[in-house]
This record gives sequence, structure tokens and C-alpha cells, in this order.
Amino acid sequence: MAKSWKKYLLWFAQEHIEFRNAEIESLLSLFKIEMRYAQKPQSKEPFWIVEFSSEGDAQLLTSRSVSLRNCMELWGHEKSVDLLHNSLRKKCEIFAPYFSPNKSFKIEVETYCKHFTQQEKVNKLETFNYLPIEGQVRLNNPDTCLQYIEYYGIIPNDPPELPHDVFFGKCVAYGLRQLMKKLSLKTRKFIGNTSMDPQLSLLMANQAKVKNGDIILDPFVGSGSLLVAAAEFGGYVFGSDIDYLMLHGKTKPSRIRQQKRASDESVRANMQQYNLEHKYLDVLINDFAMVFWRDSFEFDAIITDPPYGIRESTEKVGTEKPNYTVSEEHLATHIPAKIEYGIPSIYKDLIIFASKHLKVGGRLVCWFPVLRDDYTVNCLPKHPCLKLLANSEQPLSKVTSRRLLTYEKTKHPSVDELSLEGVTIQDFREKYFLLREETRKEKRHKEAAIRKENWDKYIKNKQNCAE
Amino acid sequence: MKLLTHNMLTSKCIRGVNVGYPLVINIIRNMKLFTHNMLTTKCKKGVLVGYPLNIKASDIRISSVDFNPDFISKIIPKIDWPVLYSAAESIGHSENLPKEAPPEDYETNEDFLKIAHKALLEVEVVHGELVCPESGRKFPINNGIPNMLLNEDEI
Repeated sequence: MAKSWKKYLLWFAQEHIEFRNAEIESLLSLFKIEMRYAQKPQSKEPFWIVEFSSEGDAQLLTSRSVSLRNCMELWGHEKSVDLLHNSLRKKCEIFAPYFSPNKSFKIEVETYCKHFTQQEKVNKLETFNYLPIEGQVRLNNPDTCLQYIEYYGIIPNDPPELPHDVFFGKCVAYGLRQLMKKLSLKTRKFIGNTSMDPQLSLLMANQAKVKNGDIILDPFVGSGSLLVAAAEFGGYVFGSDIDYLMLHGKTKPSRIRQQKRASDESVRANMQQYNLEHKYLDVLINDFAMVFWRDSFEFDAIITDPPYGIRESTEKVGTEKPNYTVSEEHLATHIPAKIEYGIPSIYKDLIIFASKHLKVGGRLVCWFPVLRDDYTVNCLPKHPCLKLLANSEQPLSKVTSRRLLTYEKTKHPSVDELSLEGVTIQDFREKYFLLREETRKEKRHKEAAIRKENWDKYIKNKQNCAE
Repeated sequence: MKLLTHNMLTSKCIRGVNVGYPLVINIIRNMKLFTHNMLTTKCKKGVLVGYPLNIKASDIRISSVDFNPDFISKIIPKIDWPVLYSAAESIGHSENLPKEAPPEDYETNEDFLKIAHKALLEVEVVHGELVCPESGRKFPINNGIPNMLLNEDEI
């Protein structure tokens, strides 16, 4: 039987625009949904017009997406208000089933990028009086929610007189924007200095295609913010971190007004807070350079944000001293010394670990810091068994940004591919401080030059006065 | 910590506390046998297999975890069964657990899945040690979090 394709309007939140495509692609692949573009989406426009073969597909996709606000079945789309009314009038009988006397409804009027008063919106609403409505209005939880959208472009300070596009249709599903509020770091029990914000955490879990019953690992777990998002989507989570004090909730508190951490702060406490404790497997104190997992153990996904060496240190156990041994008497209380791990080694270890400990088809989702000026695709970590599927940028400052990388394991690695000799990955940290050093020096020179100039002026003035 | 010690401790030295006795034992963080089943110490210098780790447990807790039969039957093939059995036995929680291998019909055998669920996810070692079977190296478990850090001279 031929599928009947219907048009839908996807309305995205205008935040983390770069990540939209990657998230939608991942979800389509997770749910094995087919989606067609009725119009090629423009990079920054918040509306995509797409086609699904069933309403269920549209609902499934939207209700799992963090970038999407909502999705509606598109009944009318025109370039002007009058044209929309004309075309809707002709199609009235199609909508009739949604307006039967026993069905409640509401119509939402939304204007994008231009403000209207409530009265003006009500006036706009009145222009739809030709619709064959017989049911009751109910603003709370109606049977049918209709939406009328006027789109005035994306430049907020100078909207045009008339809308570029007008849309009318029936809402079919809402995205997960609410969940971001629920998981907000402001109300979370246990956070660290570099806890990932909920929206990005959820995006990462979506790009990793986390589904119910998956086993997820974050090898640089910290306060477990990525695990919360993964567990929210049904993943069972493992975490490991080299920082003993962090995992036991004994580090300095990250909140400005907090003197001391509460005694029960932990990754587990976070899971408890969101009723996800049954998805918590364990966290381990573990140096990522030393793999303690059994060879044959495969994770469904690895989601992680390794330290960049700026706000969190990049360390592994080790010492510079040759032939160092811990003496017997100190053994019981010895705390191992740490040396610089280095971004190139961390990422090399990470991709080798992923190529070995992911299932085939499993995904590695991780951040990678770069200096924006020298970024090229070639500086990203590469592995013959991992296919890079998505690569979206989040700017951090004028000169730095981090990229969210999504890899999928395509095959099991051979022996050579497990050692991966000769791989070079750019050291962000080294360059970052070099750059900072340089600019600081430049700044000093500039300031000195200005001082000298002022001094010369002053001397000149003095001479002039004396003359 | 022994209960004898617990029996002898009070917190009355804290300003404002009068009696401070008995102290409440709060156990909140634990390691699961599922995790134990996946760990080896072969990354340590001189260790070839390093599996399974012995468990010395001083504090065990049974917590209640939502039963998800799909998840349990999915992870059963990943489990080294004799290791799970002897680990459970060594800490006294091997009730009804098959000794050699899971039954053939494990995917549909709900009674078995419930038993496996308990052993894998509900029995937890709160305080104790993991001991490497080859080198004897001990890894402490505190508040249910195993500390797998090696010393500089062991890498």
C-alpha cells in the first residue's frame, strides 16, 4: 500500500541552532522514521516544513526532541494572511471532523518576532470565523489544539509590516523544552564547576540514540550531569572519574553561596532527585588511562565531556621520578601522584576505548575543544572503526569553541587498530595558553605604548608652556 | 567498621549535642555485582588475566530497584555466570541463583529473571574491598564506590 504523506511544520526553539540537524537525524535513525523535506530548511529559520507518512511518526520524533518546540499538521501555509484565509475556506470540509459538537478545541495565535497585544491577537483569531466550528472552547487540555502562526523573519529589532509566512494547522506533539526546566542545574542536588547544562546533556543523549535498557558509560563523569540525561531516556548508567573527592561529594562546593557541600551529595543523589535511581548502576574511581573493564564488555553508548585542562585538570596517575616506589609504611595511606594526561592522549585513549568497548552500531558522543582559527576537520580524532556522523560547534569565546562529535562504531578493531600508532591530535590546552600568553604580552606592549605617548605629550606641553 | 565500635561511639563532643547516641548508620552508595562481573585488573603491571576479583565485604545492603525484565534478559549474555554465583555466594546472597549457567529459557522465565535481578542490581557492597586474585592488591570500597586507582609504581 502506498503511504500517504502529509505536511507537518516543525517549530524549533531558537537556541543551539547548530545542533538541530544532528539531533533530528539521530532521532530519525533511532526510531527508524522516514521524513521528507517539503522545503529545504534554511539554516537559521525556526520553521521546517517536512512530510511524514503517519501522525505517529511526527509524534514520536517531536516528543523526544529537545530542539523542537512543537510540531503541527500543516493545514495551510501561504505568503499572506488573505491567501491563507482563501485556501482554508476551500478546505473547510476536511477539518470538520475535528470540530464536531462533542470535541473541545482551542486556537493559539502565535506571532514570531513581532509583538502584539492580547486584543490584537483576539482580533486575528476572529478572522477565522468561517471555520465550521461546533464544539466547545476549552483552553486547558482540549481535544484539538489549533495553531495560527505569523512569521516575521528572525531579525527582532526591525520586523516587517506584514508577515513573510503564515501557517495554520493542528498541533500534534510538543518537544521536551519542559524537561530542561525539570533538570535545571539551579535546583540540582549535586553539581560541579563544569556540570553540563540540561539542554546539551539531553541533546547528547539523543545523538547517542539512548533507548530503554541501554548501558551507557561516562568515563569522565564528574557530577554525573550527562548520566542524568541518559537515564531520563531509559539508559542504565555507569560513570568513572579519577577524582576521589568529586565522586564522594567532598570537593569545594560550586554554588557561590554554599559554604559546605551537603553530606549526601553524590551522582546517586542526583539520580534519586529525578526518580531515576533504578537506572543508576555504579560509579568508580578510576584513572581513564587504566582500563578496568573486562575485554568483552560492550556498552551501547559512551557519552562524555573530557576535561580540557582549563577549568578541570587533565590528569592521570603517574610520576616524573624514575624508579619511584611507595614504601611499605606509607602504602596504607598513600595517595597516588598525578601527572599531566594531555588532550592528545586523552582523546586517543578515548577513541581506542570506544572502538573496543562499544557494540557495533553503538555511538560515542563527546566534546572536543578547538581554537576557532586553526580548526579544520582534520584536527578531529579519527579511528578506522568509528565513523564521524555529526560535528556541531558551540562557541565558547571569540577564539575558542568546542565541537560536539558523534561517532558510530562500524566494525570491530583489528590488533593494529587497538594501538593506533602515529595518530596526532591537536593539543588545545597548550595552544590556548600560548595564545593567552601572547595576547597578554601584546596587551602589555599596547598599554606601555599608550603610556609613553601620554608622557611625551605631557613633556611637550610642559616645554610649550615654559616657552 | 565493627558494630562493637559503633556501639562505643557518640557524637556528644559536638557543641550543642547532649547525648549523641546511638549514631545512625546511613548507607547510601553501593556497588553492584553487575559491575564486579565486568571488572578485571589486567591493566596492572605483571597481571595477565586479573579476573575475577575477589570480594571482601564488610557491609552489604539490599536495596529495592524497579524490575525491568527486558533489561535483565538483555544483560544476561554479558554476565560471567560462575563469577556472579561465587561473588554472590562469598557475600552470602546466592539464594536460588543457578550455580553453573542461566536456564535456557531465561528470556521468558520470569522467576529466574527476578532472582538474577536481585543478585545483579539489588545486592550491594557498601564497604569492603576488591582483591586482585593474582597480585593480592586490595581496592577499597567506600560508601559503595570502589576506588580502583593504582599507585605510581604499579602502572
